[in-house]
Amino acid sequence: MKIRSTRRLRRGAAALTGVLALGLALSACSSAGTSAETGNADDIAKALDTETTITVWAWAPAVEQIAKDFEKEHPKITVKVVNAGTGNDQYVKLQNAIKAGSGAPDVAQIEYYALPQFALSDSLVDLKGFGFDSFADKYTDSTWNSVSLNNGIYALPQDSGPMALFYNKAVFDQYGIAVPTTWDEYVAAAKQLHAADPTKYITNDTGDAGFTTSMIWQAGGQPYKTEKSTDVSINLQDAGSKKFADTWSELVEGGLVSPISSWSDEWYKGLGDGSIATLTIGAWMPGNLESGVAQASGNWRVAPMPTWEKGQAASAENGGGGDAILKQSKNKLAAAGFLQYMNEGEGTQTSIAKGGFPSTVADLNNDSFLNYESPYFGGQKINQVLVQSSKDVVKGWQYLPFQVYSNSIFNDTVGKSYADKSDLNTGLEAWQKATADYGNEQGFTVKSGN
Amino acid sequence: MTTVSQDPPKAVTRRLGRGSASHKAKLDWTGWKFIGPFMLIFAFVLVAPVVYSIYLSFFKDQLVGGNSFVGFANYVQVLGDSKFWESLGRVSIFLVVQVPIMLLLALFAALAIDSARLHFPAFFRIGIFLPYAVPAVVATLMWGFMYGVRFGLVANINDFFGISLPDPLSNEWVLASIGNIVTWEFVGYNMLLFYAALRVIPTDLYEAAELDGANHLRIIRNIKLPALRPAIVIGTIFSIIGSFQLFNEPNILKPLAKNTIVTSFTPNMYAYNLSFSGQQYNYAATIAIVMGVATAVIALVVQNRGSRKEV
Repeated sequence: MKIRSTRRLRRGAAALTGVLALGLALSACSSAGTSAETGNADDIAKALDTETTITVWAWAPAVEQIAKDFEKEHPKITVKVVNAGTGNDQYVKLQNAIKAGSGAPDVAQIEYYALPQFALSDSLVDLKGFGFDSFADKYTDSTWNSVSLNNGIYALPQDSGPMALFYNKAVFDQYGIAVPTTWDEYVAAAKQLHAADPTKYITNDTGDAGFTTSMIWQAGGQPYKTEKSTDVSINLQDAGSKKFADTWSELVEGGLVSPISSWSDEWYKGLGDGSIATLTIGAWMPGNLESGVAQASGNWRVAPMPTWEKGQAASAENGGGGDAILKQSKNKLAAAGFLQYMNEGEGTQTSIAKGGFPSTVADLNNDSFLNYESPYFGGQKINQVLVQSSKDVVKGWQYLPFQVYSNSIFNDTVGKSYADKSDLNTGLEAWQKATADYGNEQGFTVKSGN
Repeated sequence: MTTVSQDPPKAVTRRLGRGSASHKAKLDWTGWKFIGPFMLIFAFVLVAPVVYSIYLSFFKDQLVGGNSFVGFANYVQVLGDSKFWESLGRVSIFLVVQVPIMLLLALFAALAIDSARLHFPAFFRIGIFLPYAVPAVVATLMWGFMYGVRFGLVANINDFFGISLPDPLSNEWVLASIGNIVTWEFVGYNMLLFYAALRVIPTDLYEAAELDGANHLRIIRNIKLPALRPAIVIGTIFSIIGSFQLFNEPNILKPLAKNTIVTSFTPNMYAYNLSFSGQQYNYAATIAIVMGVATAVIALVVQNRGSRKEV
């Protein structure tokens, strides 16, 4: 009996001490770094010639190698790369360290959707102070737009995820289905495929906040608006959001999407055996297919994302992110030097070599990149499709300054629609309400609806 | 959790009191020296965090606007928070259904092993107890895979018999599926608790009962069950605490059933997600305290009722 009670106790105590630790740190005065938040190239060069250790939190596979190369070039700098978790796991730790006033890294990888949360809460350094705003022309419009917030530049883009339609050509050929170019054709293809073979689905979807927001983005929706950093409006029933939800509901209600969660073992299996026939996803996907679904080599192809109006190309970003410098950093100049090396200098090549889809215009238009014939995709020049998509990204999209939390409750709300196979609009409304409640709770002025 | 751990210091003061009555002046510190190390750790890992949580619960820290004292506003908010009540309702249903089933199974197993009619009682004892030795995380993952309707055990059963079982992780069944995991984990533990209580019953009571012509059922009803009452009360209290603190099982199953296990599925999950993904530490602390008080009150009621009947 002791055993159980101590186990429970320990669990409770651990949770409480966690809260305690956080709280203590919260009350401790945040000892601001003494290092400069501005500086020109000379200052950065000087900082890189001083014994310094900088810490980088990142999960992108290329960062380890980039750090090693950087250390070779700047022997006085030690770069400690820490994988503090992927995506949300890392943001939770980062947010806690920021709250605690210490423990945050110098540089952190942050996806575009999460960037406003950190930038607007004044946790990141405005890179304009280092003159990085002059890099604007080096990056694609959509990625640069994602890091330009509140008249500042809060990260340098590392990769991007312009969306495309990845489809299993073998399956499409087998059932004589044409590759859809519009979402109406896509729905028709979904029906045709599932009718021909009930074990096969056009795609999988169990409700994914990132996918949903990207789809709304492509449909021209602009559900999130932030002004003066605290005035927020949310309308997940604007024309674009509705357009997406109406069409996608048809697939969900009709049981035409496979109820398998992305990135699960079943998912990889389904992508391999043809039971999941397409993915509408970011341009970083090819590397994942090659490594995770090797058995389907030669079956997959890439096509432009289906559109809402026939012949009117449009796409959106899905995933991708950049790296930012934390306000807490005590070595901001050295961090800026590393950041520049990683995302503007030589590091970009390492990143591309490791499968990252570039955000730098020069690399996107590079001939050898464009004309690369991917053996996995049957020799298709996939980058031509993907690069075109990066040019077709719909302009004007914004994420919420509390998108990370909002996405974490997506499945509490929209998930219900998926679970009941019912209208997604109802779920989106619930999501909007829960998100708005949270925003108000956190001191934002949130206008919900139109 | 508070009820369980508050007992020792009370007992200690009582003992100290008696001591100082007999030798007035000098003895006081001896007892404190013995319990000093415990008290230190106790103060550090339990009293301080609880006090600090209470302190936290009176503040509100916002992303915009910073930290401010709000008095009891967080408590008022908890009492009107439908998500909190939903999660509390969920664990209450869990408590009312799962705990009796688990305790009855445990009782049955303990009586069976104690009856001396089983071959290899040690085998059964260890076999039933073994799941308790499996960490909850591993157990949940294991069951999670078995619950799979596409590749798991459920899928295999469906294929083999050509039937279609309901999805254990669907909205209707997920709570029962979690109950099944928890029962599997803790039947053995409760069984051992009851079995230990049965072993300390003096055997001459059985002899006397047999001489008086009592059969086995009679012995169970009139000797074993009354003797088991304290153990049953303890088992019930721990199970109540366990149910209210339900966290591991649903949280680990969540990736497999993200649309049915919401972030506020149980009070603990709600508090956890509020603080670690919503940065609402103060509100989470308030929920933790409200839950702690609720658990303590219910556990106390059970304890009082249980021991009153005993007399």
